[in-house]
Amino acid sequence: MSIDYGERIPNNVELGSNRTLQRALEQWQPAFLSWWKEMGPTDFNAADVYLRTAISVDSKGWANYGHVRMPDYRWGIFLAEPEHDRRAGFGDDFGNPVWQQVPGEHRSTLRRLIVTQGDTEPASVEQQRLLGHTAPSLYDLRNLFQVNVEEGRHLWAMVYLLHAYFGRDGREEAEELLERHSGDPDKPRILTTFNEPIGDWLSFFMFTFFTDRDGKFQLKSFAESSFDPLARTCRFMLTEEAHHMFVGDTGISRVTKRTLEVMRELGTDEPGAIRRAGAIDLPTIQRYLNFWFSSSLDLFGSEASSNAAAYFAQGVKGRPDEKKYDDHVARDTTFELDVPDGAGGVRIESVPLRNAMNEVVRNSYVEDCLRGLARWNRLIEAAGHAFRFALPSTRFRRTVGNWAGVATDLQGRPIPQAEYDASIVSWLPSTDDRAFIASLMHRVIEPGKMAAWIAPPEKGIKDRPLDYEYVRLA
Amino acid sequence: MVTIDPPAEPGLVTFDTAPESYRHWKLRVDGRVATLALDVDEDAGIRPGYKLKLNSYDLGVDIELHDALNRIRFEHPQVACVVVTSAKDRSFCAGANIYMLGTSSHHWKVNFCKFTNETRNGMEDSSRNDGLRFVAAVNGACAGGGYEIALACDEILMVDDRSTVVSLPEVPLLGVLPGTGGLTRVIDKRQVRRDVADLFCTNADGVRAERAKDWKLVDAIATPSEFTALVRDRAAAHAASSTRDADALGIALRPLERTIDAAGYHYAHVDVAFDRAARNATLTVRAPGEPQPEDVDAIVAAGDAWWPLALARELDDAILMLRTNQPELGLWLLRTAGDTDAVLAVDRTLLAHRDHWLVAETIGLLRRTLARLDVTSRSLYAIVDGGSCFAGTLLELALAADRTYMLALPDDGDGAPTIALNEANLGLYPAVNGRSRLAVRFDGDPALLAAATASLGRRYDAQAALHAGLVTVAPDDLDWDDEIRLALEERAALSPDALSAMEANLRFPGAETPETKIFGRLSAWQNWVFYRPNSTGERGALKLFGSGTKPQFDQERV
Repeated sequence: MSIDYGERIPNNVELGSNRTLQRALEQWQPAFLSWWKEMGPTDFNAADVYLRTAISVDSKGWANYGHVRMPDYRWGIFLAEPEHDRRAGFGDDFGNPVWQQVPGEHRSTLRRLIVTQGDTEPASVEQQRLLGHTAPSLYDLRNLFQVNVEEGRHLWAMVYLLHAYFGRDGREEAEELLERHSGDPDKPRILTTFNEPIGDWLSFFMFTFFTDRDGKFQLKSFAESSFDPLARTCRFMLTEEAHHMFVGDTGISRVTKRTLEVMRELGTDEPGAIRRAGAIDLPTIQRYLNFWFSSSLDLFGSEASSNAAAYFAQGVKGRPDEKKYDDHVARDTTFELDVPDGAGGVRIESVPLRNAMNEVVRNSYVEDCLRGLARWNRLIEAAGHAFRFALPSTRFRRTVGNWAGVATDLQGRPIPQAEYDASIVSWLPSTDDRAFIASLMHRVIEPGKMAAWIAPPEKGIKDRPLDYEYVRLA
Repeated sequence: MVTIDPPAEPGLVTFDTAPESYRHWKLRVDGRVATLALDVDEDAGIRPGYKLKLNSYDLGVDIELHDALNRIRFEHPQVACVVVTSAKDRSFCAGANIYMLGTSSHHWKVNFCKFTNETRNGMEDSSRNDGLRFVAAVNGACAGGGYEIALACDEILMVDDRSTVVSLPEVPLLGVLPGTGGLTRVIDKRQVRRDVADLFCTNADGVRAERAKDWKLVDAIATPSEFTALVRDRAAAHAASSTRDADALGIALRPLERTIDAAGYHYAHVDVAFDRAARNATLTVRAPGEPQPEDVDAIVAAGDAWWPLALARELDDAILMLRTNQPELGLWLLRTAGDTDAVLAVDRTLLAHRDHWLVAETIGLLRRTLARLDVTSRSLYAIVDGGSCFAGTLLELALAADRTYMLALPDDGDGAPTIALNEANLGLYPAVNGRSRLAVRFDGDPALLAAATASLGRRYDAQAALHAGLVTVAPDDLDWDDEIRLALEERAALSPDALSAMEANLRFPGAETPETKIFGRLSAWQNWVFYRPNSTGERGALKLFGSGTKPQFDQERV
């Protein structure tokens, strides 16, 4: 009896004719589905959700919309179309043909990187599994689930690479991706940040804006990889990742917009008054932003990193948009880092550029974040207020790298530990802030209605009206 | 009191430390169990130029470990089990710091490795001889030298959180060997099958807990929530079955009294005199100058002032200081001075009370210190002349030496120097090959061994000692000065490398032990690898590690 693989697992990797891969995925797929039913948004398994499904990589196929129950979602395997005669774009092998198979010498490095990236995808689904109960609208509920199923598909993408290119080890690692669980003290996810539950929607928007954006930059770095299947996989994932950024960006925009409306109605910017009116005052949003931005920075790793240097040299992981740089080998260039001088000041340390690749990527990330902030600040400016959102310094509240454990203020100036301890409560969400945000979290499921703390989006999904029933709850 | 008279040598390394000034280890004692938690201060390397990230270590970290082990042995003798773990989150120990190795001189690397090896062997020595058990609680990523610390323990417990791994990544990542006993202990001590060991030692990523257990790399695994209980239970089980004295009250190890000046290192019972022009150093060990306690209460009351303990600490320090700071003093002249009867009297006390914890630990420190001589890459000549007291414990110095010169005074029967054997020479201080130095000496001559063993207490003059095979050369007083001068000058003219290699080969006739393999095979190969361009050349793997530039190997197999 033959299974129609193209139907069950949409793909462009000729799954139908690859027996090794079929066998591997046949074992893994049931495990994945059990994981989804246990660790995903389990209370919504019966809901019909207006989801986008990729059934091919061309412009018609990658975005098919329709109502579907999430456990029936067709998680597919897609690689961006191959580029003819693609050459290594950076590193020691610059200009040589890219690899279609994993070179033995880079096998363990690539496997580790794919596993670490892959681990974050189901982790975020697990972190967000209870958010559905407090969605501020059906529109937002649908967006949450869209993000969730796509994180699931990104897991598939990584698992495909492990199964197709890493033999028995790869299959074992793929199983482990379903065994580790976010926040499980015995089997935690690999990266600490991905073990914290996301309990409210402001945090969810912050997560999709800041933390998923780290994911975007990691994918952009891998999209440059000389291991072509990885590069093509990540290029296709990026098309989906854009929606996650959109959810975060517009989510914070809409929260801000609603706050500005309340400020106008009340004629005050006094936080207490705004809160009493059921909206979130701007300083509180700023504190959430301080928290999530600084948490996400650590995901890029140390400013000076031997691993980053090796990945770049080997051609395994490049810089996002590598083409925009002039020097793709970066063998003799240096990069200047600000490091604490140990005496309360800052000194400049020159490191080889290759070792500074994490910092290069982090800087691009910060620029990208600033574009979002500028959009939100334009709303505030247009409303005639002097308040502006600002990103804290990249030195602030770090637990990884040169600034790990160094007390600084929001501007990154080293300060005495006592001053830091006294101020940190006003820089990050306080217990009160969190309790207040939690008090706002009530689900709104009437089509077209929004919770009081968030403005409606400018338009619906795929030209559907705002009051479209994006989720048909069972 | 430690005094360093100016001008102190720049970069002089001392081995002085105490728990209150540790930067890298946290020592906690809780009844029968001590916990040594590695918590490396990454900015506190012993040399500038590298950061000790991820609980990686350098000589400074190991100096503290060496000190901590001696604190446990002497200051906390009731401790029966030591848990070695990490105070850092998800990181047990990343091994020796690679940048330190990459930027160090060959001498520094080799000396560092020797010392770290001796410290780990010392853990096994205490377990084997004195019942002090070690449990490694691998609570996070454990790589290279980190796993080698665990290997030196009696039992390895590992957290199973589905991501923590143990690994020996030296070969695939750095182009060097797991040289702190790693290869030897994996196959000899843990008896990992050699093809499995081949897989393990070439996989930079290492293996997670379940496979580590399957492969016998660790003894037991537990999830994070059960791990603390597992460690506690295993430590308690070791403590419960321990023969160590639960009521022992420790003594204080006070800072060594030592003066450093241009002429040498000067201690109460040990003196080191440099002869830089001749490239040698004279180590003189002095017999006790005053009566020593003979019962255990008096010994405990004397504490670290008791002559054999004070001597052991001073000699240990002198050996380490010389090795680390004086690489060009290639020949050590081992001398003794004082009253032979006083030395033999102390030996009688040692042997009579060897079951008492402080006596046993003192013998242990002497045993480990003498074992350092066996593997010291310096030529060792014992010089037995007038006023010397090479007897019993102090005769071990001569038995450890590459040659012994003894002054013959045929016309002066009473004034002639003598040497004497006693029971202490029959295995109280086994060499690193696990045998007494006397037995090793007569490996090919059982008759001489039997004769020597039958004549304990006899005072041998030079002729008798020569006849008995106990000394190498016995010039008379007319030839003595010239013979000695020539011997020193001749040795100083030979290649230091060839001498180190030759001595290491000649010192250990007979069967091997893991320790001799570690020093003789593993270290020797490691030192060769360290010198090869494939590791330390400009394009070598160790040199380039972390730079992002791929090593270029000379593909010729040598």
